[in-house]
Amino acid sequence: MLIPLSHYLVVSALLLVIGIFGIFMNRKNIIVIMMSIELILLAANLNFVAFSGALHDMVGQVFTMFVLTVAAAESAIGLAILVIYFRNRGSIEVEDVTLMKG
Amino acid sequence: MIQNLAFYLFSFILLASAVMVVTNRNPVHAVLFLILGFVNAAVLFLLAGAEFLAFILAIVYVGAVAVLFLFVVMMLDVDFAALHEGFQRYAPVGALVALIMFAELAFIAGTWAIAPAGSADRLFPTPTDVSNTVALGQLIYTSYLPLFQLSGVILLVAMIGAIVLTHRDRKRSLQQDLFVQHTRTPAQTLAMVRAPLGVGVALPEQQPEETL
Repeated sequence: MLIPLSHYLVVSALLLVIGIFGIFMNRKNIIVIMMSIELILLAANLNFVAFSGALHDMVGQVFTMFVLTVAAAESAIGLAILVIYFRNRGSIEVEDVTLMKG
Repeated sequence: MIQNLAFYLFSFILLASAVMVVTNRNPVHAVLFLILGFVNAAVLFLLAGAEFLAFILAIVYVGAVAVLFLFVVMMLDVDFAALHEGFQRYAPVGALVALIMFAELAFIAGTWAIAPAGSADRLFPTPTDVSNTVALGQLIYTSYLPLFQLSGVILLVAMIGAIVLTHRDRKRSLQQDLFVQHTRTPAQTLAMVRAPLGVGVALPEQQPEETL
């Protein structure tokens, strides 16, 4: 790999931090929170791929594929829950969800 | 040289679009910036030598997941301006946590190195004689077959779960139900009443109407 590993690590660390910052900033908007989670998972994937390239080991890419699969399933289920919650409540405020515990 | 330039360019666009995702006021724009970020991340994958995963990221993420986000954002009629309030209030604590986290990560990355003898412990070294896709396929269809099958099961569960959650059983319109028509008997619908002269007839109890 021509690009040093440390550059990849800095980019993925920044991406992770931006994702965590996004969760803090948009505490009411669950759609943006889910997009921030996607950014965090992308940072993890970038780390896996960068290490796989730097160490010449294929396992990192295999695990990246599994992470992609689980992330796709997670966002599909999360958006489905969001849709039925909106259908019942008419809003998607995160703080209202605690009212469901009865 | 050109790889380094490409790396800096695409990682800068990736980080800038990630910032736009979390700070944007309009969620549709946020999703579009997310798509831009995923495309740039795919280029970074390509530069790291993971060609198959780069195209998987472009196809699955940009083509499916991000478009699913876009679909949901556009379908739900949400007042996003109200959801955006409190943005300034949470900014200091969010920035503080992010800064601490990045400082810790930088500290770890700065003081850590790969052991020189570590390359002997590689599980499956990247083969040099076949392409990336072939190498990945040779792994996931042999050594990682159970995990690969399990990820398929995860996708199946996600698909069934999403369908079950969002499926709505609407009241059907007035249409024939042949099973109900064929299984009803005269005893259920017909009552013989002997009507005496000059007195009214007490109607039998109405059977509850079956589904139309």
